[in-house]
Amino acid sequence: MSANLSSILFLITGVLFILALRGLSSPETSRMGNFFGITGMVLAIVVSILSVNILFNNLIYFIIALSIGGIIGGMIAFKIPMTAMPQLVAGFHSLVGLAAVLVAVSAYYSPESFGLGAYQNIKTASIVEMGLGVSIGAITFTGSIIAFMKLQGLMSGSPITFPGQHYLNAILGILIFSLIIYLISNQSSQIFWMLILASLLIGFLIIIPIGGADMPVVISMLNSYSGWAAAGIGFTLENTALIITGALVGSSGAILSYIMCKGMNRSFLNVILGGFGTDTSSEDTKVKTEQKPVKSGNAEDAAFLMKNASSVIIVPGYGMAVAQAQHALREMVDKLKKNDVKVSYAIHPVAGRMPGHMNVLLAEANVPYDEVFELDNINNDFANTDVAYVIGANDVTNPVAKTDPKSPIFGMPVLDVEKCKSVLFVKRSMSPGYAGVDNELFYRDNTLMLFADAKKMTEDIVKSLD
Amino acid sequence: MEIDPFIFRLSIFVLSIFIGYFVVWSVTPSLHTPLMSVTNAISSVIIVGAIIASFSYSETGDISFSNILGFLAVILAAINIFGGFLVTQRMLQMYKKKEKKKNK
Repeated sequence: MSANLSSILFLITGVLFILALRGLSSPETSRMGNFFGITGMVLAIVVSILSVNILFNNLIYFIIALSIGGIIGGMIAFKIPMTAMPQLVAGFHSLVGLAAVLVAVSAYYSPESFGLGAYQNIKTASIVEMGLGVSIGAITFTGSIIAFMKLQGLMSGSPITFPGQHYLNAILGILIFSLIIYLISNQSSQIFWMLILASLLIGFLIIIPIGGADMPVVISMLNSYSGWAAAGIGFTLENTALIITGALVGSSGAILSYIMCKGMNRSFLNVILGGFGTDTSSEDTKVKTEQKPVKSGNAEDAAFLMKNASSVIIVPGYGMAVAQAQHALREMVDKLKKNDVKVSYAIHPVAGRMPGHMNVLLAEANVPYDEVFELDNINNDFANTDVAYVIGANDVTNPVAKTDPKSPIFGMPVLDVEKCKSVLFVKRSMSPGYAGVDNELFYRDNTLMLFADAKKMTEDIVKSLD
Repeated sequence: MEIDPFIFRLSIFVLSIFIGYFVVWSVTPSLHTPLMSVTNAISSVIIVGAIIASFSYSETGDISFSNILGFLAVILAAINIFGGFLVTQRMLQMYKKKEKKKNK
C-alpha cells in the first residue's frame, strides 16, 4: 500500500475515533459511537498489516498474539462485575503504558524497520519523541498498577508518605528530563534503559501517596497519560492515527481530572502531592462526636417515612458500590413508585471511585437514566423534597463544606440534603468519611441514622414496604 | 524554504487536542465511565506500532528481539481493544430510558 494512501486511511481512523467520542454526548447516540470506534480500529489494523512487509513466520505469531489478547480481553469484558469497573480501567491503562514501552524499545533496537535511521544512529527528533513516549508509557504502566492494586484492595487505600518524598520525586523528574536530552548526543542502550527504569520508579512513587477517595482524579490523570504516551509513539512512528488518538485521549483525561478536582474544590497539585485525610481529625472533634445525641432508627421507621412521602431523592455513594446495593435499591424504588412516591437520584461528581461510577451501577440495576440527575440539576429540589435517602455517601453531603472555613472540605460543592424534611442516612457506623471530617448532618433533628450494611438495610426496607 | 514534516504532525496534534477538548466537554457526565473505557480502547491504536515491530526485518530471517517485543505488545493492545470496546458496549446497553408502559 502506498504511503500516501495509508496516511489518508489513518486520518479516517482518527475521524472515526472523534465520532466515537462525539457519540457519547447522549446515551441514544452512544452505541453508534462505539460502532464508529470499532470500525476505526479495524481499519487501522488492516492498513498497518497491508503496509508492512509480510513474513510468513511472523504472521503466524502475530495471529496467535492477536487471538490470545482478543480472547483474554473478551473474557474480561464479559465477566467483570460493574462494581469493579474502576480497577478494570486502571488495569487497562497499565497495558497501554506497557505496550507503548515495548513498541519504543523495539523501535530503539530496530530503527530501520520503523524508518528512523540506524541502530544508535536514530534521527535526533525521533530519539527525543521516542524518549518522551517511553518515559510517559513507563510512568503510566507502574502508576496504573498501583492504582489498580489500591482499587482492588491488594494494597491499602490509605496514603503512603515518607519524609523527603517530594524531593525524591523532583530529583527523579529532573533525572528523566536530563536523560532524554542526553540521549540526543549519546544513544547508548544504558542511557535508554536508565530512562525507562527512572520512569517506572517515578510512576510508582507519584501514586502511592494518593488516598482511595482521590482515585477518580488519579484514574483520569492516568487516562490522560496513556493518551500522551500514545501521541509520543505516534510522533516517533510518524503515524497520524496515533497522534490524533493520543491528543484526544490526553485531553479527555485532562478534562475529567479537572472536573473531578472541581468536584472536591481542590487543586490538581493538592491531589497529586497526596496525603489527604491522614491528619485532619483533631482530638477536639472526636470528643464532640461522643457527646452529641444521634437519632437512630430501623428499617420499619425508614419504610414508614418513605411510604408516606410524596417525593424521595436517593443519594448514592461509594458505600453502595462496596455493598453491591444497587439492585436492592432499585427494588425499593419500584415499591415506592407503586405507592405514588416520586423518586429521583442525585449524583455528586466525585461519588464513587471513578467519573460516572454511580451512573453505571444504577444503569446496571435498570434505573432509567432520565431519573438520574447531576448535582447542579437537582440541588435546588432538596428543599421541596420530603425524604433524602443517603446510601453510602458521606463527605459529599456534609453541610460543613458550606459553613466552616476551617474544614478541609470547605468550599467543596455538596448536595443540600439537609434541606429535605427528613434525611435517612444509611451507614455502618459513626466513623467520619474519607476527609476525616465529622458529618454535622448526623446530629440534625431531621436526620435518622440507619446503622447497617447498605444492602441489608435496603432489603429490610423493601420487606417492610409490603 | 521547505517546511519540516514534523511541523505538519505538530499541527495535527495541536488541533486534535482542541477537538478533543470540545468533544469531551459535550459528553454527558452520566457517560463518563464509558468515556474512560472507550478512550482506553482507542488509545490501543498503538497496535499499529506493535504491528510494525512484529514484522520488523532481521538479517538472519529469524524471529528477532524486536519481533518478540512486538508480539507481546500485540497481545497487550489486543486485550485492551477487545476488552475496552466490548465492556463499553456492555455498559452502553444498560443505559435505558424510562419505559412508559411499565411505570403507569
